[in-house]
Amino acid sequence: MTTRRGVALALAYRQATVLVKNPSLFVPPMLFPLMNFVAFAGGLSRLSQVKGFDFAGGYTAFTFVFVLLQSAAFSGVFMGFNIARDFETGFARRLLIAASHRTGIIAGYALAALLRWLTVAIVLTIVALLAHMKIAGNGVDVIGLYTLAALVNVAGVLWASGIALRFRSTQGSPLMQTPVFLTLFLAPVYVPLDLLQGWIHAVATVNPVTYVLASGRGFISGDANDVLLAFGCGLGLVAFFAVWSFRGLRRAERAAA
Amino acid sequence: MRSVVRTFRQPAMIIPNITFPLLLLAINSNGLRAATHLPGFPTNSFLDFFIPIAFMQGALFASAIAGIDLARDIDNGFLNRLALTPMRGSAVILGQLGGAVALGTIQAAVYLAVGIAAGVRFETGVAGAAVLFILAVLIALGFGGLGIYLALRTGSGEAVQSTFPLLFFLLFLSSMNLPRDLIKAAWFRDIATANPVSYMIEAMRTLVISGWDAQALGLGFLFTFAMIALALGLSAASLKTRMART
Repeated sequence: MTTRRGVALALAYRQATVLVKNPSLFVPPMLFPLMNFVAFAGGLSRLSQVKGFDFAGGYTAFTFVFVLLQSAAFSGVFMGFNIARDFETGFARRLLIAASHRTGIIAGYALAALLRWLTVAIVLTIVALLAHMKIAGNGVDVIGLYTLAALVNVAGVLWASGIALRFRSTQGSPLMQTPVFLTLFLAPVYVPLDLLQGWIHAVATVNPVTYVLASGRGFISGDANDVLLAFGCGLGLVAFFAVWSFRGLRRAERAAA
Repeated sequence: MRSVVRTFRQPAMIIPNITFPLLLLAINSNGLRAATHLPGFPTNSFLDFFIPIAFMQGALFASAIAGIDLARDIDNGFLNRLALTPMRGSAVILGQLGGAVALGTIQAAVYLAVGIAAGVRFETGVAGAAVLFILAVLIALGFGGLGIYLALRTGSGEAVQSTFPLLFFLLFLSSMNLPRDLIKAAWFRDIATANPVSYMIEAMRTLVISGWDAQALGLGFLFTFAMIALALGLSAASLKTRMART
């Protein structure tokens, strides 16, 4: 493993192989978004009749965007679990010794998380289309939506890897997923921002996920708005958590030395 | 006693299990408040409507703990050593359920206290709160029994954990977010109607928002006792098979 890209590709290949050989590792990241999609799109569609609910694309599309972003974030978080497990089994320490460019390690895990999420996203999209989800946006809009979700995925894996590299144990798992869960659910999940009231409206207004979600919903309904703000939030999260993750890597290196 | 002590020696498992449903309650009771504007919604407070879900989630988490703990006993040979003693199988199962029931009781007390502090008002008064508490503990017993069954059937903590989302799915496919008559999608309404979890939720919900409802309470307790009987029966049969194997 001589180049950064070589390290990343080798590690991503290994993670993909582990997933293929252990379907049980793949089930939770696949199941939870599907469960949420079924529960929200099926159980809550009446909310589209609340006065002031002005989303044009229908409740299935409204819900789909949230679930897609959730699946992206959690595919990243679940990769954090894998990193922690690799430290517990000793594989990650051997990897730190063997890799000539250790930043490639984070890139490799991120690439594997992206591949995992793409699989989930394909299944989720097929289920949504079978559920008669309306996509009013054009091809560029759809690419915009999935690119935003990919940014969320990368931000998720960088956050979780930062925790995993600091704790180097699966005991850090609740810390990886709880803040992500809260940040996602403190956005306008069930109704548009204008229909939220009280403290949750105030929190959602300053939550960057709100703008990513709003733009994603705009993409799917063919009425994209605040695109720059959403991509700015997405890229900002990636940049911030990249620093967080690389500092974690340095800490893991010091601990392994 | 061992099961209770062991459960409470794992604060890393207990604290998230108690706090997570409270977080979800705080978020959803505000995030879904717009639903109260729907014509025919039975209350003005989504907190009142949603509080039973905290009890259900707590019971589900307790079931996972019960299952994982027993799976660990199977894995490290403790159950095999128990099999050499004259202890009855039913005592083994009930003993293992102790931790889940103790956790379910504490969770129910916490959710009740937090709910009342946050403004939940029981239409049925103190007696209704007491009935809800009893029903919540019984539901924790039922789900704990399912956790025990899964552990005995699979003998693996990982398998119990992977099956846990399926139990959660039962909650998702119920009337947890909206009353059944307000669910727009007919297929979802049909599934929620066939799902026993809906009746457990509705029994608790009526105590909070609409007063004493004999039918809702009867169905809620009926399905809860049926789940307990089914879970214990299946667990007993699985225990026999597992003991025979060892």
